[in-house]
Amino acid sequence: MGNVHDHAHDHGHDHGHGAEEEEGAPGTTLADRTYIPAVMRGIKLTLARFLQPKATVQYPEESVYDRGSDDRAIGTQNPRLRGEHILVKDEQGREKCVACLLCMAACPALCIYIEPEAAPADWGPDRERRPKVFELDMLRCIYCGYCEEACPCDAIRLTPKLYQPTTSRLERVYDKQRLLENNQDAQVPQRPRK
Amino acid sequence: MSPELTAAPLAAAPLARAPFGDAAVSLEPGLHEQEMVINFGPQHPAMHGTLRLVMTLDGEKCRHIDPQMGYLHTGFEKLGEHRTWNQFIVVTDRMNYMSAMANNVGFALAVEELLGIEVPPRAQAIRVIMCELSRIGDHILGVGLQGMDLGAFTAMLWAFIEREKVYDVFELASGGRLTTSYTRVGGLAFDLPEDCPARIRAFIERLEPVLQEMEGMLSRNRIFLERTQGVGTFSRQQAIDWGLSGPVARASGLDRDLRRDRPYSGYEQYDFEVPVRTEGDVYARYLVRLAEVRQSLRIVEQALDRLPSGPVNAIGAKATLPDKDEVYSRMESLIQHFMLEMPGHGIKAPKGAIYHATETPNGELGWYIVSDGTGVPYRVRVRPPSLYQFQSIKPMAEGRLVADVVAIMSSLGVIAGELDR
Ligand code: SF4
Ligand code: SF4
Repeated sequence: MGNVHDHAHDHGHDHGHGAEEEEGAPGTTLADRTYIPAVMRGIKLTLARFLQPKATVQYPEESVYDRGSDDRAIGTQNPRLRGEHILVKDEQGREKCVACLLCMAACPALCIYIEPEAAPADWGPDRERRPKVFELDMLRCIYCGYCEEACPCDAIRLTPKLYQPTTSRLERVYDKQRLLENNQDAQVPQRPRK
Repeated sequence: MSPELTAAPLAAAPLARAPFGDAAVSLEPGLHEQEMVINFGPQHPAMHGTLRLVMTLDGEKCRHIDPQMGYLHTGFEKLGEHRTWNQFIVVTDRMNYMSAMANNVGFALAVEELLGIEVPPRAQAIRVIMCELSRIGDHILGVGLQGMDLGAFTAMLWAFIEREKVYDVFELASGGRLTTSYTRVGGLAFDLPEDCPARIRAFIERLEPVLQEMEGMLSRNRIFLERTQGVGTFSRQQAIDWGLSGPVARASGLDRDLRRDRPYSGYEQYDFEVPVRTEGDVYARYLVRLAEVRQSLRIVEQALDRLPSGPVNAIGAKATLPDKDEVYSRMESLIQHFMLEMPGHGIKAPKGAIYHATETPNGELGWYIVSDGTGVPYRVRVRPPSLYQFQSIKPMAEGRLVADVVAIMSSLGVIAGELDR
């Protein structure tokens, strides 16, 4: 290190970084110049870290959520985590979506495509419309949650479920059926507002 | 190929001056000297993001530097003309991926000033907490990366652990680790979860020992000192001339911090200092960053202590969505919800232009917004701190060794996403 001493490096130590600590300015004391205390300090710190629990996890077998220690923050799956969408069904098994197209308008990534149709007659008088086509391009989606925020019927929600790998791009364009089926394993609480 | 083309002009012309300072170097017959042009970046392990420096080298020395930008040009500013006010917030996340929260807050504040909305105190306090946490995350990683670029790889790994913890808090609050999109015009997307304040407290309590470890590794380490002290020195006047802001300017003695000088989000209520150093070199920037982390910890503690209760959205302002429960049950709320979400409706800002700046971790982030009275901005122009820092590498590093260029680069904290927009 010390053998590179052309004028680009001859700053010396006259810059006076102030009296940092009791021992004098960094780089001026004998301890700093011999470098041995710094090495010892480094080894000590590294060894101390060596004995601490690992910060990493073996993803995907493990995730930080499994760990449960309070060192990494979460412990259980964070219900607010914005992952894949679901379309919610009501108690009678009808999809809640009324094809109002608000989510389509609110989406900053323009990844929702909806075609409305009249609801079947046996759905009763309280339901007039439903989506005929509801496509969500998960590759375009930026998981911002604006669609959920825009929906006046609590029909679309983001689940804490993260991305599922597929082998083709087309599989990542979810249609209505897929979005409704996503529902089954994750009935998530709605995100709180205000 | 013709002979004129094969012989590079530089190779043919003998150098008029001695290559290494004043020392006369005699070369063996048959050897000749020439300057060499190399690309540092956009794909280089020591380069932060897709930045490119075209350097003309004379041996190990850097004669000219030509900083080039645009490799991460995403058209964010143009996108602003096609997205509604709230939709643009997701874009601000992606602009500065080291401190997305601070960018969210900056843009929301600018639009609120245009609309004349006052955000409730709880939202302001939460915004302050999130901004300071992102400052902690940014600076601690910045310091770690500075260590890594100078050969202390360990410091970077430790910094990443702490940064992940900051992201854990973000995820808990907003649902996103990096793409937080937490603010909305007039408030926040959601309130903090109940256990979040305790979690933040636990994090900041455990941070101090880590800071001491980092200091122990780097602050008095001779290699680190020799690589950083007196390197990339910028005077106060130069910092002003080149438009620097943030920790880089404060390390050059420019005592300017918008949180104190032009307070927003209630920063005037908090008791904190603005660390300033006068040396203006890479080491001073490192010290300023570490000191700022400690000040941010103080601010977060104070904000948590006096976290007000109440709503997190300016309810009456007609710019924020009504509560979901009310949307399901009350007609007026449903109508307001539709008015804000329907295409062609939404938040209508008055005609006018506004410049609003906030102090993000790497400097003054300014938003110049022009509104023509429709639901989308007419123009969104960003003043990214990174741009000014990136261009100042030329006067800082010209005439120095290549190794110094790396040290200077990492001390500037340039974020490519924000630089190229
Ligand atoms: S999460 Fe965002 S990007 Fe994805 S579908 Fe919803 S609104 Fe669109
Ligand atoms: S999901 Fe909600 S917002 Fe989207 S069309 Fe259906 S009801 Fe409307």
